[in-house]
Amino acid sequence: MFVNNDVRKSEEMLERHVTQPSEAGHPIILSTEDLHVYYGKKEALFEGDLQFASNQITALIGPSGSGKSTFLRSLNRMNDRIATVTGRIMYRGVDINQPAVDVYEMRRRVGMVFQRPNPFAKSIYDNIAFALRLRGVTGKHELDEIVETSLKQAALWDQVKDDLNKSALALSGGQAQRLCIARAIAVKPDILLLDEPASALDPVSTGQLEDTLLELKENYTIIIVTHNMQQAARISEYTAFFNQGRVLEYDTTSQIFTNPQVQVTSDYVSGNFG
Amino acid sequence: MTSKKQNQLAIGALYGIAGLVVLILLALLGYILVSGMPKLSWHFLTSPAKAFLSGGGVGIQLFNSFYLLILAMLISFPIALGAAIYLYEYAKDNWVTATIRTAIEILSSLPSVVVGLFGFLFFVVKLRLGFSILSGAFALTFFNLPLLTRSIEDSLRTISDVQREGGLALGLSRWETVTRVILPAAVPSILTGVILSAGRVFGEAAALIYTAGQSAPALNFADWNPFNISSPLNPMRPAETLAVHIWKINSEGIMPDAKAISSGSSAVLVLAILLFNFAARYLGKRLYKRLTSA
Repeated sequence: MFVNNDVRKSEEMLERHVTQPSEAGHPIILSTEDLHVYYGKKEALFEGDLQFASNQITALIGPSGSGKSTFLRSLNRMNDRIATVTGRIMYRGVDINQPAVDVYEMRRRVGMVFQRPNPFAKSIYDNIAFALRLRGVTGKHELDEIVETSLKQAALWDQVKDDLNKSALALSGGQAQRLCIARAIAVKPDILLLDEPASALDPVSTGQLEDTLLELKENYTIIIVTHNMQQAARISEYTAFFNQGRVLEYDTTSQIFTNPQVQVTSDYVSGNFG
Repeated sequence: MTSKKQNQLAIGALYGIAGLVVLILLALLGYILVSGMPKLSWHFLTSPAKAFLSGGGVGIQLFNSFYLLILAMLISFPIALGAAIYLYEYAKDNWVTATIRTAIEILSSLPSVVVGLFGFLFFVVKLRLGFSILSGAFALTFFNLPLLTRSIEDSLRTISDVQREGGLALGLSRWETVTRVILPAAVPSILTGVILSAGRVFGEAAALIYTAGQSAPALNFADWNPFNISSPLNPMRPAETLAVHIWKINSEGIMPDAKAISSGSSAVLVLAILLFNFAARYLGKRLYKRLTSA
């Protein structure tokens, strides 16, 4: 059994193509080594050592069920209660799955935005401010400033600056998603994980969201799961292609989309399957 | 039959059923109010009951009902809230929680007279609390806990998991997420559960007959020291409630105006529950607004 497994892997290794950003001299902020994720007995992710370059956008693409969301959710331990994770996830030299790691502090540095916009049932202002208050930021002036800069960075300030005390639940889908981004960056993370953030948005909102992400790149490392190939091509520097729980190809986005080395990747990005 | 016809038929039947329910409720409510209204007066609402003469009121019973309701809620709400948070937010789905849920379901269908007899044996006799407000409040807690826990758990369930993930992803602990994100959003739904159970508690008689007792000793409404025997706040005094009073008058009332008092008391009971509902909803709305700025 063990031997068979190895044989199968080595065979399939032939059709993998992984170029790590470190080879191009990019500083690496996050990397995974020998990562495996199990839901109960079922292994959802079993191969994919990836490095993530800081201040770049990395897109994770692949068909549904290929393990890309599972991978993303492991990066800030959102899978803690749901799945078993083995292997190492190194964030600035620290394995985040070590028991000594403060998971709450870690999640503050590795923020996440979800597929469905999930503003809290609070005012727009409090959506951003309340997590800060819990962390001891209580000065009215300081909070005002963080709320304003976060909303400006998320390109939402001009639309809501007069309605900060209104409920966030009244926002449109695109606005709500940008509020979620503002909320995530207000706690000053290093890395922003986005799980198909535009899949519930209309094309105009999607365009605005992409512009926002491109601007945020200046200050944050962004890892985005997307089903939208054009989106990956438009905004990301690096793209990882997932298939059946494995990373089949990882390279610069232009390489993946113009000159894929693996046949499956080529089929996927040209729309022949998935 | 075409699907359009079927649909029309179904809608018609559903309207009929809904109309029937409304009609029955309105008829009951109307009957209670029409037959009880003539008796209602300030005197009736404030004066003590009389055992043999006509002209007695329900002042003490009314106060007892509210006092018991508040005490029972003060005891049962925190417990139910804690249990529901544990069951839904923390506990894993395994045989332990399954057992707890089954136990809660069985308890919630326990006849209230059984709760009353248990309360009598345990609180009144064994713990020597006697026929007292405290015994009654504890019995009502047992009566109330299962349904309240269940309804709060259901309220938590209505808040989408993406809200929990949103909280956790900001680096909040599970406890912070529950108390700062989930509970404020669940306030209206939790409140509905509280109001429904409060109505049940307010109208409960069987669980109280053997615990809070069937007598309403005279109270001195000028004395608010809970340690004095005639103080309204004394939790160790026997306290007949409005619902128990109605039951008692109808089974053994010998005052000449027993029927009128019973009708009047019923109207007061219904109105009090109505009043309580409106007040609770109003406060709940304000609370929700303050918590969520919706």
